[in-house]
Amino acid sequence: MTVPIGEPADQRAELTGWGRTAPTAAEVTRAVDPAVVERAVAGAAGTGGGAGRGIIARGLGRSYGDAAQNAGGSVVDTTWLDSFHRVDLGSGVVTVAAGVSLASLMERLVPLGWFVPVTPGTRLVTVGGAVAADIHGKNHHVDGSFCSHVLDLTLVTPVGTRTVSPSSDPDLFWATAGGMGLTGIITAVTLQMIPVETSYVLVDTERAPDLDTAMDLMLTGDSAYRYSVAWIDCQSTGRRLGRSVLTRGNHARLDDLPARIRRQPARARAFSPHTLARVPVTPPGGLLNPLTVGAFNEFWYRKAPVRQVGRAHHMAGFFHPLDGIGGWNRLYGPRGFLQYQFVVPDDHGETVRRIIERLTTVRLASFLAVLKRFGPADPGPLSFPAPGWTLALDLPVGHHDLDRLLDSLDTMVLEAGGRVYLAKDSRVSPATFRAMYPRVDEWREVQARVDPHGILRSDLGRRLGLCTDRPSAPTADLPPADTPTADAPTTDIPTTERNPA
Amino acid sequence: MIDAVGRPQSVLVLGGSSEIARAIVARLVPARCRTVVLAGRAGPRLSEAADEARAAGADVVETVDFEATATSDHRELFDGVFDRWGDIDLVIVAAGVLGDQSADEHDPEATAAVITTNFTGPASAMVAVADRMRHQGHGRLVVLSSVAGERARRANFIYGSSKAGLDAFSQGLADSLVGTGVQVTIVRPGFVIDRMTEGMDPAPFSTTPGDVADQVVRGIETGAPVVYAPPVLRLVFAGMRHLPRAVWRRVPG
Repeated sequence: MTVPIGEPADQRAELTGWGRTAPTAAEVTRAVDPAVVERAVAGAAGTGGGAGRGIIARGLGRSYGDAAQNAGGSVVDTTWLDSFHRVDLGSGVVTVAAGVSLASLMERLVPLGWFVPVTPGTRLVTVGGAVAADIHGKNHHVDGSFCSHVLDLTLVTPVGTRTVSPSSDPDLFWATAGGMGLTGIITAVTLQMIPVETSYVLVDTERAPDLDTAMDLMLTGDSAYRYSVAWIDCQSTGRRLGRSVLTRGNHARLDDLPARIRRQPARARAFSPHTLARVPVTPPGGLLNPLTVGAFNEFWYRKAPVRQVGRAHHMAGFFHPLDGIGGWNRLYGPRGFLQYQFVVPDDHGETVRRIIERLTTVRLASFLAVLKRFGPADPGPLSFPAPGWTLALDLPVGHHDLDRLLDSLDTMVLEAGGRVYLAKDSRVSPATFRAMYPRVDEWREVQARVDPHGILRSDLGRRLGLCTDRPSAPTADLPPADTPTADAPTTDIPTTERNPA
Repeated sequence: MIDAVGRPQSVLVLGGSSEIARAIVARLVPARCRTVVLAGRAGPRLSEAADEARAAGADVVETVDFEATATSDHRELFDGVFDRWGDIDLVIVAAGVLGDQSADEHDPEATAAVITTNFTGPASAMVAVADRMRHQGHGRLVVLSSVAGERARRANFIYGSSKAGLDAFSQGLADSLVGTGVQVTIVRPGFVIDRMTEGMDPAPFSTTPGDVADQVVRGIETGAPVVYAPPVLRLVFAGMRHLPRAVWRRVPG
């Protein structure tokens, strides 16, 4: 394939998600400008190199599983789309290219008094990825998920480039929110930021000696806080099962800060966090085992004050504690890790307890276990958040029964009417996925409208049965005239038997 | 796709009626594997293996005629399999025969037949399959080698050398696939008590198809480049390799 002058050549690369499991190889296209994205999508539909195996966008690669991988096909590296198109400091409405990270939004706009409406536990995600996963933060019970704050987005689809807003094309907008990139490649996003006076959060910290106390405190107290999260020790058992440290807070106003910071308004709004350390190499597996994780959990619980009120914490430390350590995902060793995050409705808090009990009985060490409450869901058919409890567990791959254990957790979550988060998932089965996301057919209808030939594909989509590479499959029934994959499947294989099904 | 905990959704077996392969498929289907394509010599044993996969609950179970020695057909055959059933996550290379050493070592044609079936044929098939896996950008090749290939032994050097060739070929292929999303796992079982060894006295550390399959499934999960079954043979052969030849050639078959 000839590359236009000034355009970088594609590069075959092996990619994984943040969990560093299940690597696959794809042609990586650097999206140095939105026109490159349009050409790449057109190319994936045509006959050139990489055609026939589809295309997907990739941002900063923080999805834990296979969402931003496309084995044998094209992956568009959108981190090159990093410009700020328009910033209205009066209203807090910003339009940025999709590859802009939440970190860079914060670094530029917090000092000017505007914060992102929703941030996950890492700021190292792109705005495009935030839309595709419809991410949530510690404020979901108050503010909802990311896409509730998106005013419009530019979406490059196989049938053309569209500007989509919740009012102009609600179906496509909400299919894109949480659609894991399978409705098109987002190139720009307009976002309503929220006003802040400082870069600090006033945090109340308290220890809860067991899970019931923690859940009670959250049920009764969360409404007083914009941000709320509980860190749970998933190893303590018996009376101390699910002992937690709750950290809840609100944005600090200038008057709330200690005098030494208040005196320097620039410092009160500063946002320039540094990486404190970097994991330089991948250590051998087994570093994070029940023993070391147990010791950490004990330390973390003891270190937390029994109760502390109104302490000013900088945003970076409060929202993104792990961003201070570059490449922390390597600590899990060469086999990597996965995150299991689910949500169950409010009246199924018991499921959370049963799942934590299961983890303690198999002595599976979860280094980070985080419990949050979700508020009302947004209309996205594949959007994850729904009212109730959400628990996120980081688990090292390697325990020989991990696969069966997580399948049994899936069953418990399903029975409670819950679901797992696709941005974290790397192992759920197609049938379980369909049961957890009953509106998937509604989503597919909208998806087929912008991608009639099934060009948008990812490994996650393949694994869940949302996309296929088989030329005989229904999605390829109406291929464009110039696609060689449209040829009838080879029929001259000597077949000795046919399955009647 | 093979998921984060190593479970494939589709499998192609070369040598579909192999007992070890059947035991592997029996373990993969209840996990995530929905598509099973068994390539082998048409006959009751292949249909039996297909019935077994169906009974285990696979959605799509197909058999295709595969003759390891018919190398000129391999490209077309495997292109057809990949075109028809889509991505294949896991390919198990299980075609092989033991031969009859004491008779074969005086029979040039029989010697060539064992080596073609165990080495030349599988190597040709693996080249065809590896091209498709490289193209699809993911997958795992599991190659059933043998500890007999670690060091050729007086009592079974025709079989042993054929497995040595296959093993060395697979190591090289594995290196050529680094960075392509495709990984190779070489399996070196010891004496397996099954149809192939019927009537023979089990050697020390003998194993069963089920035990080998357990080790293979674990190897797929961990991404191990080499799997011994039973695992202790890794140590045993680390020692055996250095036995003086005068001693080694007296090790009975």
